[in-house]
Amino acid sequence: METEITAFMASAVRVATPLLLAALGETVAERGGVINLGIEGAMLAGALGAAIGASAGGPWAGVAAAVVAGLVVGALFALVAVVAGAEQIIAGTATTLGCIGLTGVIYRHHYGPGGVGLTLPTFPATAIPGFSALPILGPLFRQSILTYAAFLLAPALWWLLWRTRWGLRLRAAGEAGLQARTRGVPVRRVRTEGVLLGAALAGLAGASLVLGQVGTFAERMTAGRGFIAIAIVALGGWNPLRVLPAALFFGAALALQYVLQAAVPAVPYQVVLILPYLLTLLVLTTAAGRAKAPADLGRRAASVEGD
Amino acid sequence: MTDPLRLTGISKRFGSVVALQRVDFRVAPGEIHALLGENGAGKSTLMKVAFGLTRPEAGTITLAGVEYPFVTPVIARRHGVGMVHQHFTAIPALSVLENVTLAAGWRPGRSAWLRLRDTMSEAGITLDPDTRAGDLSAGQKQRLEVLQALAGKTSVLLLDEPSSVLSPPDAEALLDLVRRSRDRGVAAVLITHKLGEALEYGDSITVLRRGAVAFTGPADQVTRHVLIQHMLGDAPPAPVTPPRCNPGAVRLEVANLSVDPLGGTGTGLRQATLQLRAGELVGVAALEGNGHRELLRCLAGLVPSSGGSLQRSGVVSFIPEDRTTEGLIGEFSLTRNVALIRGTPAPWLAGPWIDWSQASQHTASLLARHAISALGPDALAGSLSGGNQQRLLIAEALARDPAILIAENPTRGLDVQAATLVSQRLGEAAAAGVAVLVFHPDLDELLSIATRILVLAGGRLHEAKVGATRDEIGRLMLGEPDAA
Amino acid sequence: MRPERWRALTALGLALTAGLVALAVSLTLTGYDAASALSALWLGGFGTSEGLLSATLPRAVPLILIGLGLGVAFRGGALNIGAEGQFYAGAGVATWIGLSLGGWPRPVAVALVLLGGAGAGLLYGLVPVWLRLRFGVLEVISTLLLNFVAEGVISYLVQGPLMEPRHIYPQSALLPLAARLPLWTGTRLHLGMALALTLAVGIWVFERRTRPGFMLYAAGVNPSAAWIMGRIDTRKVFALALLASAGLAGLAGGAEISGSTYALFQNLSPGYGFTGIAVALLARLHPLGIVASGLLFAGLEAGAGAMQRDAGVPAVIVSVVEAAIILTVLLGDAASRRRLSPATGI
Repeated sequence: METEITAFMASAVRVATPLLLAALGETVAERGGVINLGIEGAMLAGALGAAIGASAGGPWAGVAAAVVAGLVVGALFALVAVVAGAEQIIAGTATTLGCIGLTGVIYRHHYGPGGVGLTLPTFPATAIPGFSALPILGPLFRQSILTYAAFLLAPALWWLLWRTRWGLRLRAAGEAGLQARTRGVPVRRVRTEGVLLGAALAGLAGASLVLGQVGTFAERMTAGRGFIAIAIVALGGWNPLRVLPAALFFGAALALQYVLQAAVPAVPYQVVLILPYLLTLLVLTTAAGRAKAPADLGRRAASVEGD
Repeated sequence: MTDPLRLTGISKRFGSVVALQRVDFRVAPGEIHALLGENGAGKSTLMKVAFGLTRPEAGTITLAGVEYPFVTPVIARRHGVGMVHQHFTAIPALSVLENVTLAAGWRPGRSAWLRLRDTMSEAGITLDPDTRAGDLSAGQKQRLEVLQALAGKTSVLLLDEPSSVLSPPDAEALLDLVRRSRDRGVAAVLITHKLGEALEYGDSITVLRRGAVAFTGPADQVTRHVLIQHMLGDAPPAPVTPPRCNPGAVRLEVANLSVDPLGGTGTGLRQATLQLRAGELVGVAALEGNGHRELLRCLAGLVPSSGGSLQRSGVVSFIPEDRTTEGLIGEFSLTRNVALIRGTPAPWLAGPWIDWSQASQHTASLLARHAISALGPDALAGSLSGGNQQRLLIAEALARDPAILIAENPTRGLDVQAATLVSQRLGEAAAAGVAVLVFHPDLDELLSIATRILVLAGGRLHEAKVGATRDEIGRLMLGEPDAA
Repeated sequence: MRPERWRALTALGLALTAGLVALAVSLTLTGYDAASALSALWLGGFGTSEGLLSATLPRAVPLILIGLGLGVAFRGGALNIGAEGQFYAGAGVATWIGLSLGGWPRPVAVALVLLGGAGAGLLYGLVPVWLRLRFGVLEVISTLLLNFVAEGVISYLVQGPLMEPRHIYPQSALLPLAARLPLWTGTRLHLGMALALTLAVGIWVFERRTRPGFMLYAAGVNPSAAWIMGRIDTRKVFALALLASAGLAGLAGGAEISGSTYALFQNLSPGYGFTGIAVALLARLHPLGIVASGLLFAGLEAGAGAMQRDAGVPAVIVSVVEAAIILTVLLGDAASRRRLSPATGI
């Protein structure tokens, strides 16, 4: 029983890592008032970038390529949704669509039509001395370097958003673009920067999926994880420190489905898949859950800025 | 020591309306300078020029000795200009601390907290740094606005009618604060229409009238009487001859009507009682934030009352103040805008169907009958000039054969010719038996068209006596009926 | 022709050109023969009666139905991105109803299946409406979340209560003949297309000629003028617009089951709910235009299959084309907005 629990916990953390990275990135973008449905595409691009980079120059090259790929996708989305001020939802959907197509084509071009059996150099599990020997909790401290990075990023981003001038300006732009502008905040610029940072993290999320979890690339392999990240952001109240447990919760639910399928076939495993979304909706209906959403979320930059 | 703020030869027009003409204005270090004038005299526009919210067509702005053709809020802040706006500019979702930190350009964190504490103790303001700005009371919000303007290194504070939206104790506390800041060397410009306030707190006073400086000088060398002369104009008060009217049946009757303030600022409407009769053209005189919007919109059925009774008979037509965002949909054709107006009785609106070709003919005939110049009924509403937009709205409002017509500042932003035409239409409507209620910020205009005048001050409705002079009504609006 | 219509058509032409250029460029860069790929795409999507009638038109039915609904929703100011989930709600309930109507007369059974689908979608749409009006939860987020919930429920249904009798495949049994929409003989084109076209004309008439349709329009463009001048309750308009789109997405789910697949399974929708957004946008929400853009997108996807089969080009490449078209439309709109109302200069 104990080994099953530890195995489950380790797999939950592993599954949660890409979700956490993507959700942290989306938190930054949404704090600036931009809901980026293109995050799914950025993640997919990151995953492919990681695969190509890693097969050429090892895992670190994969990480670098993934971040660059995420940034490119983020720049495209930002150009349409922030600079041109188009409808964010539609721009994001189109961005993701384009990424699905491009990654598919590039992947097949690069690895042949089948592309099967691609094995990539991945990050090995790095044990943290002392902690990794703990009973039950031990496996949590034998994770890939990207997992540790994701966990450290949560407080780092909290600090960025709440303890720096840039973070305050970004949040001001996301809460009330018009007032922020009378306070001298260059709204479009900080929003673009927020989107770019978010997309870079989404690219990193794709890298962690490929290099820390699966070890290969497949078309459409993100399978909606970018959209799950958007749900996690809402559950985490747009705060990186709460996004962390929210991502773990979603990761645990995804990991639990396999355990449940094997252990208790009588209970439909879909219940644990659905629960996190229902819980997120429930949290959003409470006054506390609602109040945290940035007030200008999804609003066109153009209408906010009065031109 | 250089003057913190000096404006030279500032001119500004909005469309064809001259808002400011060659205005010189100077604030000396460490003085409170009262900027006095009626609504529309150009006070707020002048301060917006100084703070960089509006660009002047001519003139220069000199901030702490540096001359600019125009400035932006960022430049103004850098030279120590802080502005307290009439409306709430803090970001509701951010805390007091975050709003002040953002305004001052500090780095968030403990150091900002300490600086806020210092600023608060210097200013004598206490606010909880962690409260969300949106949860503050109206008075606290105003204090937050002041903190935002004072934080950082501020050498001159621009206060846009601070007392018009505050309760008397809050206003007094604020003005005492301005005085204490003055004693620490922070100059202030106090925009106000209240004589008493200008005389009590001002070291210097400048009076603006119709976009030009009517008077400027030290406060202790001028009397209340002289100031009134300058504010209201030195032309002898023309004997007011109200248009004749034979009031008919009562069309609207209101008793003890109260309405909560719209947008959370101002006084709202407090227990108003009035009657409107057919054939009357009743003017509402009020300064901004004293309840006129609440009164008109509640009578038009757009906002609920919080108490009292309201009885109307017949169709009510309403013309909102902001034509472009509330009266018309600029992206729609004229025909569509006409069709939008509810209650338009027309054969082309039978049941759920709209016959656009008939609607278009109807619109075309409106255009022709009221000499509205437009490319045709298919022209976009946003392409019309302000005067033509307003004429269309009035034409359609009257085409509905209303018993009551309520118009909010119907000549706003129009040139003299267009404004005269609009006023004429309202007069004709009243003569034809419509009960007309009009708010207008310009007392002269109101007096020239209204058959009687109601005054709103502090949310209370008063009836001006028959034959009241311009000065008397003006003082009633200022809440000082006995001054003279 | 009116200048704004002329501008819209120019923008559309530009967008389609951008899509083609994107396709040609990505084909050439990845070393495929652009000419043979394009010809395979054309023949598979539009150029042959087989491609047109059995691949493109059946695919167009759900896209048109969902696009029509989203056109109404967006026009009324409701950002429904949950058409995917509402489609599944409709498909699930339609399957359940259809499986139990074996002995019924065909017209009645089919009508019940379709109505069941539409009703289920509508009920599913009530959730985000209620969450928005009662609790202020943004519909963008709630509809996105509800997509996952619907997919989870479908996954459960096809492995549980609705699983085919032999319990081998994760899909439902095939619908009885009585519950299937009639086909045009010799093709896979079903009567759902007639339904979609009728609804398109109906919605067009509704939006152009009726007061409620006009109110929907006005409330979406300028809610405050709609309220002050027209006394239009914008909350009500929001609710009805979202519900209409949810109902149409549910109907699309029902029609897909009853007309195309005859069975429910996971991944029944290849992203219809999201492509539907693009379909509506490309047509600028115009109902008749939505028919055309639905056909275009369906043809692209059908042709993509042929392109993969005949020219060895991966079918996903059409997503690049679709994305290029949408992004160009968005950029063109932004440019014309700027030209029409220059910045105020503050």
